Amino acid sequence: MAHIKLLNEDLPGIVGLLNNRPETAKPLLDLAETLLRGPSSLTSGEREIIAASVSYWNQCHFCHTSHAAAAAAHLKSGLGLIDEIKAGLPNTPVSEKLKALLHIAHQVQRGGKNVTEEDIAISREQGATDVEIHDAVLIAAAFCMYNRYVDGLNTWAPDPIEAYAEMGERMANVGYGKF
Amino acid sequence: MPHINLPFEFPGIRSLFMFRPETATPLNALVQTLLHNPHPSLTAGERELIATYVSGLNNCKYCCNIHGAIAQHQLGNNAQIVKQVLANPDTAPISQKMKSLLKIAAKVQLGGKNVTNQDVVNAGEEGATDIEIQDTVLIAAAFCMFNRYVDGLATWQPDDAELYDKMGEQRAREGYLTAPFKVNRETEDLSTL
Repeated sequence: MAHIKLLNEDLPGIVGLLNNRPETAKPLLDLAETLLRGPSSLTSGEREIIAASVSYWNQCHFCHTSHAAAAAAHLKSGLGLIDEIKAGLPNTPVSEKLKALLHIAHQVQRGGKNVTEEDIAISREQGATDVEIHDAVLIAAAFCMYNRYVDGLNTWAPDPIEAYAEMGERMANVGYGKF
Repeated sequence: MPHINLPFEFPGIRSLFMFRPETATPLNALVQTLLHNPHPSLTAGERELIATYVSGLNNCKYCCNIHGAIAQHQLGNNAQIVKQVLANPDTAPISQKMKSLLKIAAKVQLGGKNVTNQDVVNAGEEGATDIEIQDTVLIAAAFCMFNRYVDGLATWQPDDAELYDKMGEQRAREGYLTAPFKVNRETEDLSTL
């Protein structure tokens, strides 16, 4: 049960928190929409993989599973991607550029100062642009926020991954804040 | 030196906002809503103290200094409260309710799962409402984002206390949505855009 009383106790994860506080919901949803579905040279599938990976490293079940399901919807890969992300994508074709950006995201997850010049140099060698490096850092940072919001208030989340299939499709194909 | 090619005349997050206006819009709207817009019960000064405290825990020089300066100006130009909260909230001249909310913020900084039901019950007993607890968690979480964003791209973070004071005074008065000062990197003088 959540740490506080919510207007609608049936809504899972961040959805219940957004519904409880529409004033802050608007910029939080606009940020997710821009970061994950806005114009970018990274595909939405790649960006959702970064979001889901950071959420997994932060042990946020709701955010990891829902964003991995959104990545699966973009990439039409099936829900096996949820466990693949946990394992570090051993059986998924991932570009060297995305691997380098995921490493930067992991550094950010542990703390901003962990990102080294060498991490940046390696991502550039794999073709990452300044905007792509920027976006990878901001996606990782933003999920350090969303994950803490969801877990800091002990929100409820469905356990079985099948429960996230439809949610992932909606996040991928309808978007954030457009229910 | 920043990890990417950022505009030279703007410090900290302002250089990132100039670099990527698409993400600046929702980020700035979030901080304006969390810290500056009217709140049902927490003052702007109280909310800025939470932001400053979390930025201190994350060792983010720019965010800690600028929000410390904004807090000071929101609290009747009282620099002492800010210093004492950063040093030790338990002995700072703030309410018991604020102390209990800062305890929750510190747990969120370490990771969301660290917040216990007892932390929340304690805050409730000191008079914190559910909305105050929800917003404290979100302010703490948001600064775990802003701090990582500012440090993760190695933005320019000046040392001059007077510069933070001027920028903080502007934000306390105007909120977050007006144009930022340009900073001369040689002299650390400010000019308007």
